[in-house]
Amino acid sequence: MTATADVTAALLSRFPRATPRPSADHPAINVPAADAIAVLQTLRDEHGYDMLMDLTAIDGGVAASPRFTIVWHLFSLTRLDYVRVAARCENGAAPAMPTTTALWPAANWHEREVWDMFGIKFPGHPDLRRILMWEGYPYHPLRKEFPLAGLPAELPDAEIAGEIPTKLISAPMAGGPFVASSAEFNLTEAEPRAKDESWNERREKPV
Amino acid sequence: MVSASTELTYDRKIEGDVIVSRLDAVINWIRTNSMWPMPMGLACCAIELMGVAASRFDIARFGAEVMRFSPRQADCMIVSGTVTYKMAPLVRRIYDQMPAPKWVIAMGACASSGGMYRSYATLQGVDRILPVDVYVSGCPPRPEALLDALIALQAKVRREPAARRLFKA
Repeated sequence: MTATADVTAALLSRFPRATPRPSADHPAINVPAADAIAVLQTLRDEHGYDMLMDLTAIDGGVAASPRFTIVWHLFSLTRLDYVRVAARCENGAAPAMPTTTALWPAANWHEREVWDMFGIKFPGHPDLRRILMWEGYPYHPLRKEFPLAGLPAELPDAEIAGEIPTKLISAPMAGGPFVASSAEFNLTEAEPRAKDESWNERREKPV
Repeated sequence: MVSASTELTYDRKIEGDVIVSRLDAVINWIRTNSMWPMPMGLACCAIELMGVAASRFDIARFGAEVMRFSPRQADCMIVSGTVTYKMAPLVRRIYDQMPAPKWVIAMGACASSGGMYRSYATLQGVDRILPVDVYVSGCPPRPEALLDALIALQAKVRREPAARRLFKA
């Protein structure tokens, strides 16, 4: 088994299209999407990285090209060390990445979460449903163009939605998120007060 | 030797097993003192709800200790916790399954207004889907605050024209 520092070098010599990835902590490597499965399998079978710690995605923004990057964090239970692999999705409009559920069953829910939050498809995934939001929700909330407050949509249950007029609204952000102090009032002298007064004690909350 | 007089005490032969009262008072007395909660525990407020049912705070003192996990047997839904949009139709459906008369307590900041969750996933107050009778502030509220809310709800129920509604329906 190679030493930790040699993992990147071994991969770079074996996969000529891979490039080193800047990293502040653990060894990291950029690979093209076509090589991702082969690189991950090599890491698992030949270098002892037997545990998938995390699988997530990075959205570089609407203007970035390629826009989405998938990141795998692998851990070795024998050498107790991490390695990070990143691969860019070629198509920014309909991003996709081969599934790693065949290598690690743990990837199943992670890939469902990435599909739910970023809208990245994983061809070959056995059950690619949304995991946090419900089927039929029209957005992918962790994409950069999606506001934290949310966008108007319908309730998940059509039967209940027919009974009551409630719909999804953009949440009142009160000048936030996470504003601890404000130029408009001094917290030591005044009562804490929301900056956004779109609905309050006097104005009706939108249904 | 003075014999005990029975004339001064309550004589059921004379009074005849009859108590005179108003129907409203009787119905509301029954309703207020056996209000069976439907614990809608969705987040950390549910821990305080458990505390309020346990021996130190003892919600049984107010006749609301019979937590019913079937909505068909419950009178008062205590929404304790963050209601997500994914959960909201289910909360509404459970409320619809409760038999009338029924009441709702929104326990804590999240159930009352969405709380600190100003986000795409959280219902901004359970009053957008249910008619709430009592709101409880706090994050989470102390068990005493929930007892206070129950007492406030009981006071509200005592004022209801129960008989008129009963016979109108």
